[in-house]
Amino acid sequence: MYNKGTIIPGLAIFVLIVTSPLWLNAFMTGSTVPKVELPQGGEKQCVASATEMRANHMQLLNEWRDDVLRDGNRVTVMVDGKVYRKGLQMACMECHTNKEKFCDSCHEYASVKPYCWDCHLTPELAATKKETH
Amino acid sequence: MDKQRRNFLKVAGATALAGITAPAVVKLTASEAMASSEHAAPAAGGHGEVEAPTGVRLGLVIDMRKLYGKPELMDKIIASCNKVHNIPHFENKKDEVKWIWKMPFENVFPEHSSYHESDLSKENEYFALCNHCDEPPCVRVCPTKATFKVEETGIIAMDYHRCIGCRFCMMGCPYGARSFNWFDPRPHIKEYNAEFPTRMRGVVEKCNFCGERLAKGLEPACVEAAKEVGALIFGDLNDPESEIRKVLAENHTIQRKPSLGTKPSVFYIV
Repeated sequence: MYNKGTIIPGLAIFVLIVTSPLWLNAFMTGSTVPKVELPQGGEKQCVASATEMRANHMQLLNEWRDDVLRDGNRVTVMVDGKVYRKGLQMACMECHTNKEKFCDSCHEYASVKPYCWDCHLTPELAATKKETH
Repeated sequence: MDKQRRNFLKVAGATALAGITAPAVVKLTASEAMASSEHAAPAAGGHGEVEAPTGVRLGLVIDMRKLYGKPELMDKIIASCNKVHNIPHFENKKDEVKWIWKMPFENVFPEHSSYHESDLSKENEYFALCNHCDEPPCVRVCPTKATFKVEETGIIAMDYHRCIGCRFCMMGCPYGARSFNWFDPRPHIKEYNAEFPTRMRGVVEKCNFCGERLAKGLEPACVEAAKEVGALIFGDLNDPESEIRKVLAENHTIQRKPSLGTKPSVFYIV
């Protein structure tokens, strides 16, 4: 082989650069999978299992939205003896009271920007202007 | 050569003749069928008895006799709606967001003569709100179906998720019952109702006949606030046994701009 002295170190450097994201990920702590805050009230049960909620909560919210607004179907959902009203503010936020530590922690990690909060109120925000008398 | 040209001209002439006469022939043969179908359909419109649609149709009677001389009560009724629905308050009239509001007689009923007006209508203001029409022009013009008729209740509802803020519906509504959010409404809301969302900048909003309260078995907020005098009567217009039908049968009521044919669900006793 000609120029063995340059080719082999060159190849080694090339492989190192190409695989650099893997190395960075392995040795740096900049990006860790977010940990969401579970309900402070100690609720263990949601309308579906955690894995299903993690994967499909957006579809469920869309379904609820269409049921309530479009089809006038505001019938409550009963799961394991607990009654839930269909709604972000009326069901989800009842337990997951902290939007920043629950919703945002994953959404920011995944860089998704849902527009829910343009209109819907977080419990925290709703409490800032509450009836005083 | 000559012969071919002759044939071509013949065919061209025959085709032209057929083309000219075809519409007349079609008209003649079709006219009979059309005439008979016209006969079968009932005469729609006019000022006669309007055929009632089937199913539940929620409506409201505003008994102004019980509200004359009580502007504070009317304000209280408006405030109760504002609070329940997180409605912002803007000082500038152009930016106003209103679901139920009050106006002078001649603005609420521009089709009624106010020549030699009575003292009552001169001195009092009248409620106005979305009429939840049976033939809603706002629904017809909405390009995204953000506003639509809930067939089960007759309520003209809005899906704010779909509203693109084009304001066609505001042009379509002959009652001015729709308001546009020119600004972020949140800083202008006095107190939040945690059970109801706010709106965002750039959407149109209006009265929803308290669909969310009806689902809980409650009456609309305005009706509840007017309970002390019983000025607002809410119910199913299609149910002959309902209270609202009794009130409608016993009193002479008027509607806003009836000649437009929108068939409002809101009636006034003045």
